[in-house]
Amino acid sequence: MKKNVLIIGGGPAGMEAAHQINKLGHNVILIEKEHDLGGHLAKWDRLFPTGRNAREVLDTLKENMKGINCFTDTEVKSINILKESYNVILSNGITILADAVLISSGFDLFDAHKKEEYGYGIYDHVITNADLEKYYKTHNDERIKNPKRIGFVHCVGSRDEKVGNIACSKVCCATAVKQACEIKEEFKDAEVICFYMDLRMFGRGYEDLYLKAQKEYGIRFIRGRVSEVSENIDKSLQIKAEDTLSSKPMKVSLDLLVLMAGMRPSKSGNDIGKMLELSTMEDGFFNTKDDFNNLQQSKRPGVFYAGVATGPKTLPETLNEARSAALEIHNYLAETL
Amino acid sequence: MIDFGFKLSPSSRIDLDKVDRTLLKRIADMEPDFKKCMACGSCSATCSAGAYKATSMRRAILALQNGLTNKALEELESCMLCGKCTLVCPRGINTRHLILSIQKICGEK
Ligand SMILES: Cc1cc2nc3c(=O)[nH]c(=O)nc-3n(C[C@H](O)[C@H](O)[C@H](O)COP(=O)(O)OP(=O)(O)OC[C@H]3O[C@@H](n4cnc5c(N)ncnc54)[C@H](O)[C@@H]3O)c2cc1C
Ligand code: SF4
Ligand code: SF4
Ligand code: SF4
Repeated sequence: MKKNVLIIGGGPAGMEAAHQINKLGHNVILIEKEHDLGGHLAKWDRLFPTGRNAREVLDTLKENMKGINCFTDTEVKSINILKESYNVILSNGITILADAVLISSGFDLFDAHKKEEYGYGIYDHVITNADLEKYYKTHNDERIKNPKRIGFVHCVGSRDEKVGNIACSKVCCATAVKQACEIKEEFKDAEVICFYMDLRMFGRGYEDLYLKAQKEYGIRFIRGRVSEVSENIDKSLQIKAEDTLSSKPMKVSLDLLVLMAGMRPSKSGNDIGKMLELSTMEDGFFNTKDDFNNLQQSKRPGVFYAGVATGPKTLPETLNEARSAALEIHNYLAETL
Repeated sequence: MIDFGFKLSPSSRIDLDKVDRTLLKRIADMEPDFKKCMACGSCSATCSAGAYKATSMRRAILALQNGLTNKALEELESCMLCGKCTLVCPRGINTRHLILSIQKICGEK
């Protein structure tokens, strides 16, 4: 008899895992709390480092999901932990007896309102990285009006004990550099500045992107964290930061400020964690069984992870985790026959 | 007026709104590679003059970006054009050539 695998979270990790586990011959049921599949990928326009169209990547994931049981607008109501399986009741009334559960609940974007000194939601021309992706998709945002000088603030809600997150979110340096080039392309006369503490351009092709940003787009990189933002009468913004390379305080006025909000653990993912009594690390993301040899398994037999549920990752890393989770689940099911 | 002996010290804050970009643009047109500097400091570390007098290619580039032309010239004043900085620059900037261009463009008044 076919075994049931329940996947919680229909972002890139959940979708790719569903495809692979289905191919390995098991019965997959995927649930997604939102109306559409795709998770955060559905919100992005173009992807670093190459500028690949996010839509195309998502379409491939969707195409591969054809024929797989999938419930959107659906959440978990309760989970009953049985001896070798999990009895899961869904918000749509359906009950599933799952032989294995994959948690691919991803992340929540840091709520930039919490960094009040940056004025998100208070000043007219402060937006987030996610807002800018939306603008690139729709070209509709009141706050972006032919800006002449644009600033990007790295590490918003990351590497910041005051907001309760000392970790680096990994993807936002590359996102900032990518978005800086894109906005320069759109507003050719604009001056574009990135305020960074360290530039973490670690992946293949990322340093090339940085070099391109400097050489072709003339993006200015200033090493220093923006300390405060205020609004002028004409609604432009005053920024204060230290140019730490010259050890001098600096001020500049901007027409648009983009905040690189980082990744926080998914709240609804953590609710599932509570139902299954799973542990998290200090950063709030799930704890894996082993941090080298067992990255896809939880400490509870039959419960697995893929993607950002266990900490910040890029899309290729996320998709690879989904594939290895599929294999781990396949092996687990074979052993528990 | 009575002189009480007080004076206002000039602000050392960098105000990017006040930076005149015309010189910077001329240098960038002549030496496009200079935009590639990643402030690693290899040039200053190896500089033959730097051990004796404040001399730094890195600081000169930074000063230019912040609109401090005189400071940039100062940083290169003691340069002997030995070219060691060019040998070590990981971004492949022809710093020696850049120094000559900076002195030429910023030096003319
Ligand atoms: C601003 C920004 C830009 C980025 N740009 C790039 C880029 O250009 N290139 C790149 O490689 N990476 C990029 N990334 C990273 C990329 O977004 C992530 O790697 C990817 O989204 C992770 O996929 P995931 O499936 O793990 O999580 P998510 O995308 O967060 O998906 C999780 C899904 O699970 C659902 N879910 C959560 N809890 C539950 C629950 N209890 N029940 C049901 N459903 C639930 C959520 O609704 C969501 O749909 C970017 C990240 C950010 C923040
Ligand atoms: S990736 Fe860059 S911007 Fe994001 S938290 Fe890390 S250092 Fe900061
Ligand atoms: S060329 Fe000038 S700046 Fe470069 S190492 Fe020699 S003395 Fe120093
Ligand atoms: S060695 Fe090159 S990249 Fe490094 S600081 Fe000097 S000029 Fe810049």
